[in-house]
Amino acid sequence: MKKLIYIFAVFVLVAACSESDDSNDNGVVDNYNRAAMQTNLADNIIIPSLESFKTSLETFSDANSTFVASPDQVNLDNLRAAWLDAYKKWQLVEPFDIGQAEVIGYRNQMNIYPTDVDNIESNIENGNYDLTHDNNNDAVGFPALDYMLYGLADSDTELLNKYQDVKYITYLTDLIEAMSMITEEVLTDWTTNYRSLFVSSTNNTLTSAVNKFINDYIFYFEKGLRANKIGIPAGVFSTNPLSEKAEAIYNGSNSRDLAILALDNAQNIFNGKTSINSEIGEGFYSYLVQLGRTDLATLINTRIDDAREKILLLNQDLKTQVEIDNTKMNEAYDALQLVVVSLKVDMLQAFDVSVDYQDADGD
Amino acid sequence: MNFSFKTYLNKTTDAATLAVFRIGFGVMMCYGIIRFWAKDWIDTVYLQPKFHFKYYGFEWVHVLGNYTYLLFLICGLSAIFVAIGYKYRLAIITFFISFTYIELMDKTVYLNHYYFISILSFLMIFLPANAYFSLDNYKSKKAFNTMPKWCVDSIKLLLGIVYFYAGLAKINSDWLFRAQPLKIWLPSKYDLPFIGETVMQQEWFHFAMSWSGMLYDLLIPFFLLYKRTRFVAFLFVIFFHVFTRVLFPIGMFPFVMIVSAIIFFDATIHHKILNKIKSLLGFISAKAKPIQYKQVYAVRYSKLILPIIGLFFAIQLLFPFRYLLYPGELFWTEEGYRLSWRVMLMEKMGNTTFKIVDKNGNSFLVNNSDFLTPLQEKQMSSQPDFILEYAHYLGDHFSSQGHKGVEVYAKSYVALNGRLSQLFVDESVNLYQEKESFKHKDWILPFKDEIKGL
Repeated sequence: MKKLIYIFAVFVLVAACSESDDSNDNGVVDNYNRAAMQTNLADNIIIPSLESFKTSLETFSDANSTFVASPDQVNLDNLRAAWLDAYKKWQLVEPFDIGQAEVIGYRNQMNIYPTDVDNIESNIENGNYDLTHDNNNDAVGFPALDYMLYGLADSDTELLNKYQDVKYITYLTDLIEAMSMITEEVLTDWTTNYRSLFVSSTNNTLTSAVNKFINDYIFYFEKGLRANKIGIPAGVFSTNPLSEKAEAIYNGSNSRDLAILALDNAQNIFNGKTSINSEIGEGFYSYLVQLGRTDLATLINTRIDDAREKILLLNQDLKTQVEIDNTKMNEAYDALQLVVVSLKVDMLQAFDVSVDYQDADGD
Repeated sequence: MNFSFKTYLNKTTDAATLAVFRIGFGVMMCYGIIRFWAKDWIDTVYLQPKFHFKYYGFEWVHVLGNYTYLLFLICGLSAIFVAIGYKYRLAIITFFISFTYIELMDKTVYLNHYYFISILSFLMIFLPANAYFSLDNYKSKKAFNTMPKWCVDSIKLLLGIVYFYAGLAKINSDWLFRAQPLKIWLPSKYDLPFIGETVMQQEWFHFAMSWSGMLYDLLIPFFLLYKRTRFVAFLFVIFFHVFTRVLFPIGMFPFVMIVSAIIFFDATIHHKILNKIKSLLGFISAKAKPIQYKQVYAVRYSKLILPIIGLFFAIQLLFPFRYLLYPGELFWTEEGYRLSWRVMLMEKMGNTTFKIVDKNGNSFLVNNSDFLTPLQEKQMSSQPDFILEYAHYLGDHFSSQGHKGVEVYAKSYVALNGRLSQLFVDESVNLYQEKESFKHKDWILPFKDEIKGL
């Protein structure tokens, strides 16, 4: 009855050769060149963004030197402008919580808001602080500077008066210095060390750079962008709106722009673009297309565009928007949430990356 | 018919076969418990979560705090006792109860092969697996060379059901004509040496694997039963399970199936295996007092046991078809999906968020990670019974925090086998008012596509 074996073998062979034409998803092949994607991300997006951010911090630091030497209105205006420029450039850097940035908690030392005014004032009073300490995460970075440059007093004259006190001058300078130092550290690590790992660690494992980057990107979109900038101030996660938790509340006129910049940046990363006007490069978009999921790649861009439209309808100050008409904030949140669903459910399913769920058997 | 059935019941077979199976089962179960413990899963799966997802009707099964370790210890020890055949009946009952209790503590970690082990150990309670080559023989100085054939056949039948039903479940349009979910899973194994960048990326290979996987499951029991194909079939068993082990994180299951399949061989093989073990234990067996070998082991209370086993198999044959009683797509609603040998059949992911509304109309969204582990959240997000149970937990939690008139709504998006995600549950339904039952959950939104097949 060897026949049975032959029949079985033939079955398997037939099965092996039968290619269904019913399939409407085009040939799915994952020869996607992940190293090329990582290289594009590192060389054309991450490192240039960090360099440009570092330059803006240098300008900011210079403006501070001028201001410290003579704290008058003109120098304050220049300092504020330099702060805003650096804050905008920071939005392009915040998603990259990987490498040395992750090791030192870069993001936590740069942009934890709402900032803790009491903590800041007590630091200034004591003059004895370690700005890199976790306890000071809510007393450093851009949000602390937002307070130092706009929130110290009701009028600019009173605010400038505060800077007659050398303690305020010192704290202001220390904040900027701390930010410059860790930025330098992160950038140097990228160029001298982490880049080579980032572009070569392309395995499908929990700890490979490519998988970490995908997970980090989605995490950023969900928490850093959707929740922190829009959801939390709108009170999506609380019984009441929490307008004080919006970004840059003391400045009071740029939080929408910061959110838009962050969203544009997230879309550029998705498309592997250097800037909004450049060509689509190697990135998640082209990876999805390669996997035969053009439908999904297009949908994600559409949903990001929809979210941008919703955010553009908001007041330039999101705190104000929450206070005058929170419905629009909720609509913006809902639009961002749809992007999160596409990224977290559909894109992760398509990539089938190992995610950092706890280790367990499947069946 | 009645006569031939009686003849069948009187047929006997070599007792060594079941002895080898008993030893293999006991050793592997003990190893499985040690492995689970060593990976610290007792802590991460059972002790860390604040909340556990229960099987309907088994809500009374609780995690035992630090005594959970004791439970695992008992389970592991009883597996050793099964292997050596010491106080076998008590050991296998203890194993069945402790193992099943562990599995019932949280359905987040449901696996078909855990269910398989539970029901197999239940079946083994009624089989005289200690009739030959066991410490019980050594103590009683009595052993049996043969036993009723149905004792061994019942295990073969159970294995056959597992394979055949797993094969039946693969007869559907997603598996056969879209090569899903293998088309998602295989290309992501690009790291594998040699095949990772080559065949794993070929569409024909995804179809080949889908079709041959289906044929393998349907046919392998028969090829194992039939003497002339048995050896080749066993090679297939090894190849298939090792290959799936390489591809997927399926833990012990492949090895359990390979070792179990040895039962299909002739008793001569089993005697060889036992002789090998004897020679390894040489110094002990040399001291053994002579055992009196009797011919046929007579099953006691067979008037009671045979109907139990008959009922057991009737349930096994019918239970996987219970999904026919529910409307809607099985893969979507998962009503009747578990406990039915639907193994590695779909890639399903979801994102489910919950809105708590109180009687004043205040509302807020819940951060799931405040209550669930990442694994629990993943499982909850795409399975309706999990969503409902969690909604009730949230409702109770926020009520106890002083919120009045709590209502719980879910917004859920689920993607199945590479389709775009779609809304999964009716977001206007207050799930806190919905009760768990065996009835269809009409708040699950219909699946927007069609999957044809069994």
